[in-house]
Amino acid sequence: MASITMENLGKVYAGNVRAVTDVNIDIADGEMIVLVGPSGCGKSTLLRMVAGLETITEGTLHIGDRVVNQLEPADRDIAMVFQNYALYPHMTVFNNLAYGLKNRGFKKAEIDRRVKEAAQMLEIGAFLDRKPRQLSGGQRQRVAMGRALVREPAAFLFDEPLSNLDAKLRVQMRVEIRQLQKRLRTTSLYVTHDQLEALTMADRLVVLNGGRIEQIGTPMDVYSHPATTFVAGFIGSPAMNMLPAEYMRGLVSADSLAHLPVKADLIGIRPEDLSLAPAAEDEMSLSGRLMLLEPAGAESHLHLSFEGIKETMVVRLPHVPDVVEGATLTFSIKREKLHPFDVTSGKRVA
Amino acid sequence: MVENNRWGNFFAHLVLIIGVAIVIFPVYVAIIASTHPPGTFIRGVMPLLPGPNALENYKTVIFEGRSRAGTPPISGMLWNSFVMAMAITIGKLSISLLSAFAIVYFRFPFRIFFFWIIFLTLMLPVEVRILPTFQVVADLGMLNSFAGLSIPLIASATATFLFRQFFMTVPEELMEAARVDGAGPMKFFKDILLPLSITNIAALFVIMFIYGWNQYLWPLLITTDPEYYTIVMGIQRMVTGGDSEPLWHLVMATVVLAALPPILVILFMQRLFVKGLTETEK
Repeated sequence: MASITMENLGKVYAGNVRAVTDVNIDIADGEMIVLVGPSGCGKSTLLRMVAGLETITEGTLHIGDRVVNQLEPADRDIAMVFQNYALYPHMTVFNNLAYGLKNRGFKKAEIDRRVKEAAQMLEIGAFLDRKPRQLSGGQRQRVAMGRALVREPAAFLFDEPLSNLDAKLRVQMRVEIRQLQKRLRTTSLYVTHDQLEALTMADRLVVLNGGRIEQIGTPMDVYSHPATTFVAGFIGSPAMNMLPAEYMRGLVSADSLAHLPVKADLIGIRPEDLSLAPAAEDEMSLSGRLMLLEPAGAESHLHLSFEGIKETMVVRLPHVPDVVEGATLTFSIKREKLHPFDVTSGKRVA
Repeated sequence: MVENNRWGNFFAHLVLIIGVAIVIFPVYVAIIASTHPPGTFIRGVMPLLPGPNALENYKTVIFEGRSRAGTPPISGMLWNSFVMAMAITIGKLSISLLSAFAIVYFRFPFRIFFFWIIFLTLMLPVEVRILPTFQVVADLGMLNSFAGLSIPLIASATATFLFRQFFMTVPEELMEAARVDGAGPMKFFKDILLPLSITNIAALFVIMFIYGWNQYLWPLLITTDPEYYTIVMGIQRMVTGGDSEPLWHLVMATVVLAALPPILVILFMQRLFVKGLTETEK
């Protein structure tokens, strides 16, 4: 068990290609941090820098109380779960789990004990004699987890471990990984491009874009107070609606937006913050033409367009309303639910 | 999809049977010829049915040889051929595995340059570089030795290239997982790359063994001591040696024996061989 501290970490590839810029993250002992961002945002590079599979070109990395910049992956006391599992195809499950321990010179009895224990925890005890190709995707995933578990490392590193699983299995493994991590209280760094995975699994999540940190915070913090328009658009599905403040000011009486800073020229609205109920005292109303109604069982998505601007809006309702496409609908929203942004800097204002 | 009709089947089989017959016939003739007494061939008629002398002929070539023509008993030559073929095969496999490993997994200066140099040697068959090679081997005092027979033939661009292609299909994450698991480069090579390449190694083993076994020109050049004659050049000596008419019945018996080891190698490694050529286990 250990904390991980990244100080001004940066990665510049040969040919002056910059992948990661000035990353500062403190991961507390036992904490689960999720790195999330679109593909190419540098999240995998950052994870591989922590693992020691990529060299660190700027900054310092501490694992526990050691600076590990120059250490080989094997000497950093970390274990990694790869996206495609990277199981050794010619070895049995048992040997896959035992290989790292054997290389470290563990006694046979100790290896046996640890493998059995991990196998039991992950319910793969019945497959110990099989080869990876005889296993299903979910079972392989468990073996990959097991290979990390047996090492009892200071930290787990997960590189999009669920992206090769089907949707149902993904949800199940997501829960299992999180439960396991909470039980073992092992410091974990988890990379994903799936914002839902990030929200559900993280103690704190780190949103990355273009190799830089956009925001660090607890899932609810990031969701309810996105620091930049990028975070606002990336976290949450359907994405947050962005309407020009100028247009909004024209729609409503001047004092309804008076609480927002003057600098705010972009207003973000979460799709679920709108409702069809008439506007109350602390609410404002907004009308648009219904272009498309998407019923989705327990909820429905309404796509709206407005006159005079090209921006559209998605509204998520917890029911399927009785409306026809083409009609003009009026929605209400609490004033404090508006997210003010500055267009030029992309940052949240106040 | 070809339609499954009777005439189609018939013709397909006919063509195949004719093809097989054409390939098999000379082998058949050789086997038949090896069973006849000495006088049969002088009449210029090739018999197509087995003769009575099979045991005797084979006994002669294996144990006595033909001292008059300067050919030792072939058991010695078979052994020489075997040693040479094995040395070439194992040498080729180890060198090309290691060089492919270096080229694929290490970043050293002029890596691509070296790869192309190795690749270029594909364009120079033994016959082209035979004179300088002979000079080198002679200067190193390796004439009439197993080292001289095998070492110059060990470098193999083909095998290096094949292993390189195979290594490049091995997912990079395996190497990274091994690094995280505390395996150094050579341990990774031994514990993971080698077991994964086993079918490729088997396929190349068969091909290389036959290549080594069938070497003709090179052994002919560098061996003058009958101690080091190989079977393939031995056949040549039997045909041309001496003033008398070649003893075809003995030559053919030798030919049949010379063809046996490669066939045995193929039979034993057939399963792995086919697997190595057709599928990659991943």
